Amino acid sequence: MSPSRKIRVLIAKPGLDGHDRGAKVVARALRDAGMEVIYTGLRQTPEMIVRAAIDESVDVIGLSILSGAHMALFPRVMELLRKEGADDILVIGGGIIPEDDIPELKKHGIAEIFGPGTPLDEIVDYIRKHVKV
Amino acid sequence: MRVEDLVRGVLEGKRRPLARLITMIENEDPQASEALRLLYRHTGRAHIIGITGPPGSGKSTLVTRMTAEYRRRGRTVGIVAVDPSSPFSGGALLGDRIRMQEHSLDEGVFVRSMGTRGHLGGIARATSDVVRAIDASGKDVIIVETVGAGQSEVEIIDIAHTVVVVDVPGSGDDIQAIKAGIMEIADIFVVNKMDLPGADRKVSEINAMLDLDQKMGEWRPPVLLTNGRTGEGVPELVDKIDEHMVFLRESGLLEEKGLQRSRDELHQIMEYRLTRELLQHLRGRPEYERAIKMIAQRHDDPYSVAQRLIAEFLVELSRSGGGDEDGG
Ligand code: B12
Ligand SMILES: Nc1nc2c(ncn2[C@@H]2O[C@H](COP(=O)(O)OP(=O)(O)OP(=O)(O)O)[C@@H](O)[C@H]2O)c(=O)[nH]1
Ligand SMILES: [Mg+2]
Repeated sequence: MSPSRKIRVLIAKPGLDGHDRGAKVVARALRDAGMEVIYTGLRQTPEMIVRAAIDESVDVIGLSILSGAHMALFPRVMELLRKEGADDILVIGGGIIPEDDIPELKKHGIAEIFGPGTPLDEIVDYIRKHVKV
Repeated sequence: MRVEDLVRGVLEGKRRPLARLITMIENEDPQASEALRLLYRHTGRAHIIGITGPPGSGKSTLVTRMTAEYRRRGRTVGIVAVDPSSPFSGGALLGDRIRMQEHSLDEGVFVRSMGTRGHLGGIARATSDVVRAIDASGKDVIIVETVGAGQSEVEIIDIAHTVVVVDVPGSGDDIQAIKAGIMEIADIFVVNKMDLPGADRKVSEINAMLDLDQKMGEWRPPVLLTNGRTGEGVPELVDKIDEHMVFLRESGLLEEKGLQRSRDELHQIMEYRLTRELLQHLRGRPEYERAIKMIAQRHDDPYSVAQRLIAEFLVELSRSGGGDEDGG
């Protein structure tokens, strides 16, 4: 790969959830780690998220949700990605997500979930380790 | 994916090949130049519009509104939104897309965000080639949003047919900054946020400045008022942009600019490749190192040495029948 290769990440907030602090904190941390971060703002449908991910050719999609609707929205994003043949994109999530839901989400293809209090370095390291550059 | 397949996908207007090619262009992947070479003949059809102006003046909001207007008029739109990369980390927060998401499900719209990756001038080094790729994919209009511009962020003029400079009411002191640089590149002025006090005064200020402009040609840049939040004034803006293209065509300026751009580009490519090949040829040769030492010790001067090395290189080149080829 050429030296100017950059990891591109889409940070998206699906659904009607208005809690965007976590998403913005994570977005800034990834930028400071040298990544190009596309933030699409609040109230995104899974369709919008998948389309943005494809147009922007991202390596990673980061979904942030604190409202409790993750069990409906996360699998839907995965389903659309598969339909588009874009399921090579690494998908991770964060926010308020109960432990018990995590195995089910991983079954749908979400690679990892990061809850409240996760050190930002941990998220950066995880992405660096799991994106094939 | 083979380059030929990628190119075919782009020409068919498919999003994924286009998106992938753009990434390759940004990453300076050697296959990207091969793809651009194949696509070149299919470019030159889109009307390329630059949107520039101070940070927060409403560029992204206007781009979204203009896109809606173009779509109503049945035209397809490509958008390239450039934001600055951090000089420290090399990373970037690309936030322009937040305001453009309403078009994200429209098949006739393609939006791409770019970091400047260290390039100054208001756009990224790759922006010109990215615009070309989108042009080849068949979009009718391509809008390039530059980073919030001061006086030196004027490179958009090399890419765009029509440059729209966005300003806002008040901000009296930025007119100084703007005057120096981006005022001169405007084909159309927009005073956005017309709902704020002082909008009409801003229009008069810009007009007064234009009255003093000695170098103005046949096209006097119009000064328009818009409201990015409601869309007021946007149809008139799109009308003016169309008018400007008609003017460029009828005045012969379009052809003239096209020639100038091709000349500049050819010049740049030749300069780059010649220099690269010359240096490759010289690198590591003992006589090259010796000549450098001679210059440092004042036994020779850099002017004569440069002339001699170039002459020798050219003789060698003509004997070997040209440099090595890599298709870039
Ligand atoms: C601040 C806050 C608010 C603020 C939000 C401000 C804003 N713009 O974000 C305000 C006051 C507006 C608010 C409103 C509401 N809130 Co509130 N809010 C909180 C609170 C106290 C903190 C959230 C926060 O900002 N944390 C700081 C950030 C940095 O942490 P974080 O988001 O968790 O992010 C970290 C990780 O989760 C992870 N992460 C997060 N996103 C991502 C994404 C990726 C890709 C990755 C890798 C990692 C990652 O990394 C981050 C760093 O470690 C939480 C309680 C809590 N302790 O979490 C409740 C909480 C989230 N809110 C709650 C509720 C119910 C509401 C309201 C519905 C209340 C109401 N009845 O009005 C409204 C709804 C607003 C809306 N429109 O959606 C509930 C949600 C319950 C649930 N999920 O079942 C919580 C959990 C409180 C509770 N215990 O009941 N809230
Ligand atoms: N009052 C008012 N606000 C507007 C108008 N147009 C845009 N805005 C607001 O101005 C702010 C900045 O708008 P953007 O479109 O992000 O501006 P920008 O020039 O793209 O900003 P950068 O890309 O960061 O340089 C947003 O909060 C918009 O809602 C307008 O006509 N009137
Ligand atoms: Mg913007």
